[in-house]
Amino acid sequence: MNQPLISFDAVDFGYGARPILQDLCFSVAKGELLAIMGGSGSGKTTILRLIGGLVRQQKGAIKVQGCSLESLDGEALRALRRNMGMLFQAGALFTDLTVFENVAFPLREHTRLSERMIRDLVLMKLHAVGLHAVAAQMPSELSGGMARRVALARAIALDPPILMCDEPFAGLDPISLGTVANLLRRLSKALGLTTLLVTHDVEESLAIADRIILVGQGRIMAMGTPQAMRESSDPFVRQFIDGTEQGPVPFHAPGPSLDALLALNQP
Amino acid sequence: MIAKCVVHGLRSLGAAVIASLSYLGMLASFHARLGLLLGAAFARPRLLMAQLHFVGNRSLAITLVSGLFVGFVLGLQGYYTLNRYGSEEALGLLVALSLVRELGPVVAALLFAGRAGTSLTAEVGLMKAGEQLDAISMMGIDPLRRILAPRFAASLIAMPLLAALFSAVGIGGGYFVGVVLIGVDSGAFWSQMQSGVDVMHDVGSGVMKSFVFGWICGATALAMGWLARPTPEGVSQATTRAVVASSLTVLGADFLLTALLFGQ
Repeated sequence: MNQPLISFDAVDFGYGARPILQDLCFSVAKGELLAIMGGSGSGKTTILRLIGGLVRQQKGAIKVQGCSLESLDGEALRALRRNMGMLFQAGALFTDLTVFENVAFPLREHTRLSERMIRDLVLMKLHAVGLHAVAAQMPSELSGGMARRVALARAIALDPPILMCDEPFAGLDPISLGTVANLLRRLSKALGLTTLLVTHDVEESLAIADRIILVGQGRIMAMGTPQAMRESSDPFVRQFIDGTEQGPVPFHAPGPSLDALLALNQP
Repeated sequence: MIAKCVVHGLRSLGAAVIASLSYLGMLASFHARLGLLLGAAFARPRLLMAQLHFVGNRSLAITLVSGLFVGFVLGLQGYYTLNRYGSEEALGLLVALSLVRELGPVVAALLFAGRAGTSLTAEVGLMKAGEQLDAISMMGIDPLRRILAPRFAASLIAMPLLAALFSAVGIGGGYFVGVVLIGVDSGAFWSQMQSGVDVMHDVGSGVMKSFVFGWICGATALAMGWLARPTPEGVSQATTRAVVASSLTVLGADFLLTALLFGQ
């Protein structure tokens, strides 16, 4: 395996006294497509936010492209972020700009390309996600899935070596889902992108990822190739892959039982 | 037991004082950061012009209409009062000084805080709630420099212009009521104003006040949006807080500035 491009070393993170991630240790190699999976609220998105420096860890070290994030000042962090593309869960498109201007935004801010060149690049990126025909529309005119695809086009506008996608498959119809999954796989391999996917979609992740991390209870519960995950007998992995209610992860949030709340046992 | 209550009370008071001071410190640091980014805002004139249109144009109608009615009332009240002393020809001077020194900058600032300021707070707060500010950060762009600084600079420019328009329309309103409707001598109205209003002292002080109020309204609105909780309720509360904080700060600053600029 190549030299790690991203590494977590004993990272702890929490909001105030509430721990979210504990003792997280993993690395991502250059060109690898890593899927981060886990239940809702398990801290998957927080891992992406830690890599992007949007939140700071309480303990441990995070290195991206050889730089320790905690040692970077604002300008150095911004320079590092230019090497990352991030697709946010809700898309985070600029609602006052057209689809075209949204994708052109990072190009206009970071390059001195001619208008013609920007136009060609934007249309190519939109074509890659199948949406060059809606370039003139406003984000409010798009469906949730389309907005997410536009956000993906914006995330890859500058051809960043690191791409982070938070729920890229959520809200996509089956055709778009397969197309976007293949696109991510193709981009990752053709451009040598290091891609991190946070997703709940087991089938697509198993199909396109090089490696999968399963996060639960603030820790990494399992890590391995899709093949290893499929064949794993670990109850946590099995519950997640098979999507069953029975297993170590309870469906109901911890707390008093419904009977107790309804006071059914009281005379 | 009593000792425990006293200790608990002191602790709560201390925590509240520390929280308030740190919030004030955060606001002061935010104002300073925006001030330092003014150069960057003026370096991108297209962005600045777009924001100037956004904040200035939106407040224009309410400013002009309010200015006109304030001028009407000043003309009427001024005439009633001056008439008692037989000095109604000084109406132009009274209207002009009232507007240029005080009412123009202050009322225009209060209207600006309620109209453009709330828009700024809601816009920035919703950008935060929609992760747009995070998206900008993740592109390696400083959202303070790209999003907030042009809006702040636009507020600084728009405020004196709006105050000037408010005063001009107000003087027109005072003229209409005093001269056209009541019959005060037109020549006396303008000549008293011309001889009594000092451009450097009176108009200059008004312009200086407007700049300060533009800073207060712009930075406060943006700070409230920036610090808003990223929820619909949080944005709504931030918008209300922005109007209250801007208005009270403008009124307080007006007293201080009046004492400084017009004190003997």
